[in-house]
Amino acid sequence: MSTAATKPLSPQEQTDTPSAVQRIGEHIVEIVSDSGEGAQKAGQTFGTICARMGNGVWTVEIIPAEIQPPARSPAGASGIRIRLASHNVTNMGDEADTVVAFNEQVLYSRIANGAYKRGTVVLLEDKWRDDPVPEIRAQYAKAVREFRENGLIVHELPIEQACLEIMSNPRRGKNMFVLGMLCHIYSRDIQKAKDEIATTFKRKDAEVIALNHRLFDAGLAFAAEHLDACYEVPPRPEEETRDKRFIVTNGNQALALGVMASGMELVSMYPITPATSASHYLADVFHEVGGFVHQAEDEIAAIGFAIGSSFAGKTACTITSGPGLALKTEMVALAVMAEIPLVLAVVQRGGPSTGLPTKVEQGDLLAALYGEPGDAPKVVIAAATIQECLHFVIMARRLAEAFRTPVILLTDANLATGVQPYARPKPTPDWLAPPIDQSEWDPSVPPYDWDPETGLSPRPIPGMSGGQYILTGLAHTNFSKVAYDSDSNQVGCNMRSRKLTALASTLKPPQVHGDEEGDLLLVGWGSTLGAIEEAVDRARAQGHRVSSLHLRFLSPMEPGLGEIFARFGKVMTIEINYSDAPDAPLITAETRRYAQLAWLLRAHTLLDIDCWSVVYGHPLQPGMIHNVILKRLTAPQDVGDKTEKEGGTD
Amino acid sequence: MFGLKADWSLEVFERYFTIGDYAGGEARWCPGCGDHGVLTAAQRVLRDEQQKPELSVCVSGIGCSSRMPHYLGTYGFHGLHGRALPLACGIKSRRPDLDVWVATGDGDCFSIGTAHWIHALRYNMNMTLMVFDNAIYGLTKAQTSPTSPLGFKTNTHPFGAIVDPLNPLTVTLGITNVSFVAQVTDWNPPLLYETLKAAYRHRGTGFVRIIQRCPVYAEEVSKALQGDPSRFLLLEHTQGIPVDPSAQRQFPQRREHDPGDLAQAFRIAADPSLIPVGLLYHNPNAPCYEDLSSQGTKMTSQERLERFDGILDRLTI
Repeated sequence: MSTAATKPLSPQEQTDTPSAVQRIGEHIVEIVSDSGEGAQKAGQTFGTICARMGNGVWTVEIIPAEIQPPARSPAGASGIRIRLASHNVTNMGDEADTVVAFNEQVLYSRIANGAYKRGTVVLLEDKWRDDPVPEIRAQYAKAVREFRENGLIVHELPIEQACLEIMSNPRRGKNMFVLGMLCHIYSRDIQKAKDEIATTFKRKDAEVIALNHRLFDAGLAFAAEHLDACYEVPPRPEEETRDKRFIVTNGNQALALGVMASGMELVSMYPITPATSASHYLADVFHEVGGFVHQAEDEIAAIGFAIGSSFAGKTACTITSGPGLALKTEMVALAVMAEIPLVLAVVQRGGPSTGLPTKVEQGDLLAALYGEPGDAPKVVIAAATIQECLHFVIMARRLAEAFRTPVILLTDANLATGVQPYARPKPTPDWLAPPIDQSEWDPSVPPYDWDPETGLSPRPIPGMSGGQYILTGLAHTNFSKVAYDSDSNQVGCNMRSRKLTALASTLKPPQVHGDEEGDLLLVGWGSTLGAIEEAVDRARAQGHRVSSLHLRFLSPMEPGLGEIFARFGKVMTIEINYSDAPDAPLITAETRRYAQLAWLLRAHTLLDIDCWSVVYGHPLQPGMIHNVILKRLTAPQDVGDKTEKEGGTD
Repeated sequence: MFGLKADWSLEVFERYFTIGDYAGGEARWCPGCGDHGVLTAAQRVLRDEQQKPELSVCVSGIGCSSRMPHYLGTYGFHGLHGRALPLACGIKSRRPDLDVWVATGDGDCFSIGTAHWIHALRYNMNMTLMVFDNAIYGLTKAQTSPTSPLGFKTNTHPFGAIVDPLNPLTVTLGITNVSFVAQVTDWNPPLLYETLKAAYRHRGTGFVRIIQRCPVYAEEVSKALQGDPSRFLLLEHTQGIPVDPSAQRQFPQRREHDPGDLAQAFRIAADPSLIPVGLLYHNPNAPCYEDLSSQGTKMTSQERLERFDGILDRLTI
């Protein structure tokens, strides 16, 4: 457990609020429970209330791998974390400040994950203290003792008992009671909260809403009576929010919105965690904009169906995760070889094999780039924020059509399940795919009329008279004739590769976060953006000469990297995928296996780029990265030095 | 005359397509291969139905038969081994205006593509599905296929195939929502033509298993069949495939079979003593997946944007 992440406001920012109410810059709240106790609903509602009040918010669900894991088990911990702040929030933060727990056992897994610190306040359901089963009573007493010995501030509270005064089955309603408690503790706007509850239960009848309002009121009163702590988290500065409209979604919903905003009309998918919720959301609303979700019989059929649609002129999207990407490999190669536009979103999870289905990893980068036998150049981009999940789908569809290529869009479980407010997009007609061209095609123009410099070519679409050609995954000439001669294959490979160079020539060098030169540059990609920049900001506030850079394009690589890297004493990637620790047994500078972006950058720049990466299955937190920065800045130059040791959890 | 300008009249008259309009590259199947006859029959159907070549797509997997798109003058998609059907279904999904043919083989469809064979028939999208079944892997040079007879010697089973062959008809008839199941041989061109035409005209997936000769690697299989008419049973019915005298001569054993009778179709298909030719099952009213998957294709960009705005409203705080 490390230092607190809270940032109290400076004295001049503090105004004449009642002495009982403490103004704070941010807090992290968790609700942890067994599955099915409504913690996530309460937390999402709380997060939305905070967002409506103008706070920066990031919520992330705590998801057990099983649907109904055994009750009161550490592995069954289900719940939600809400980070609310007076500034824009870009990640889940470090340790929690306030935790509501429906039983004591579920806290163990959170403690093991380093989610709490000394001083974290735990509001614990106390009914287990007097449980009829002696073992449960003993477990409870032991846990509370251990928690307190480790510095947690535990308040044992009769939450269910209080709910019993309102309803007979508190298991089904105590989440709204807890929402009331939290709204008191964090001085939330009561009317906004009640409106949000009404929205949450809008599909239920008025009685249900009234009952939940009563539970909420009771929770408010209960907290006022039993708890001293009362905070105010002021909204973000007005200039950040004025005249802006925000939407609140998770990253998978953002992907789905991107699909609709891009004008794509078909998503073809096969269920796979953690990607599927994107299709759940789409299945709910896609028909409204004239789209269709096809649930295929398997991953291969899912991408095949999408490729079929793309070939016929309606560029389609398929959404999957690592194991699905592996199954789709041969189809991706076909789309590369035959130059078929396609958007393939990969919501990464822990691998290899079935791996960690519900947990985050950035382990599919090399598979996305190099998964196919033979040379299969394609565009690979990675969203760094939930908002980018939306906008990058739109970009992906455009790139796919302009460059006649599959585009792989990498996101991950962290983005998929994180929820935050961000600027409402303002779609314009040019975001949408144009109608299918059905004009006549001059038969003397080959179906692959490659520009020799860029490899680009227009494509005939079925229905265009005179454009009839036979698309094939075999090596082919510009007329798409099967060709076994050596020249045709070389030319085809040249043309497909040249498209990436052409795209690279349109990209700008990435922006450095922090100074343009210094002692250490962190390089990241994907969902770690917020945590890395927050860590860099902390280190810079301490006077360290550290900066960071975040890549969105991985294939082709963004330009100018070698030049930027040369301005820093050390360059290292920060990633959520496997790398050998430099001090692991037998590891030498020669045998060390690097993190995936580090491999790419080493090859790309011929510079000695270091890496720090872990695969604990949880998002990187600013505190962890901050520690890495401090250790790396003070470490001896030798990468293989045995004194250098960084654990994954702080 | 008639006050019409010459260039107007060109547009007034519909284009007329000849066999040449459906011809692509020169077929490079082996001499004597049954595939040549299937290609000719398909081209004749396209010509007789005056199907616009630019609105037709022939989709295939990998194998000898999957070369067919290259020999047609339509659009073509020579895909991956076993995966013709997902590609074809995807083409149809948002472009129901396109006429889709699928050329696949016994290895392509009944082995590596098994999952798609079953599910595509369940989707029942409007397309003509030709399975060229020669009981052998030809392109990869003589490996056992799912329909190779027991004991048939191949490069992978030099002492003879060791597992009883799959019966594609009973499997196909067992698939929910199957709507058209026919079987025919390549060596009776009139019946082949009539069967493909019926499959083409059927709204839904017209499944046609074509028992087809491979003179190079499985000659003994087709020779044995061609030499023994008693192995076949010709199915006749007013709702069935039109049968001409040549078919009646070639397949002397005949029976009436109502293609609406699924239970009887199943009994005929399951009988190991006789190979049925003709239409086993036909349900013209089975739902087609593209009726669902193509919804919204006509929506304008303006409508999409307006409705998307409504979706955003629900997420706005």
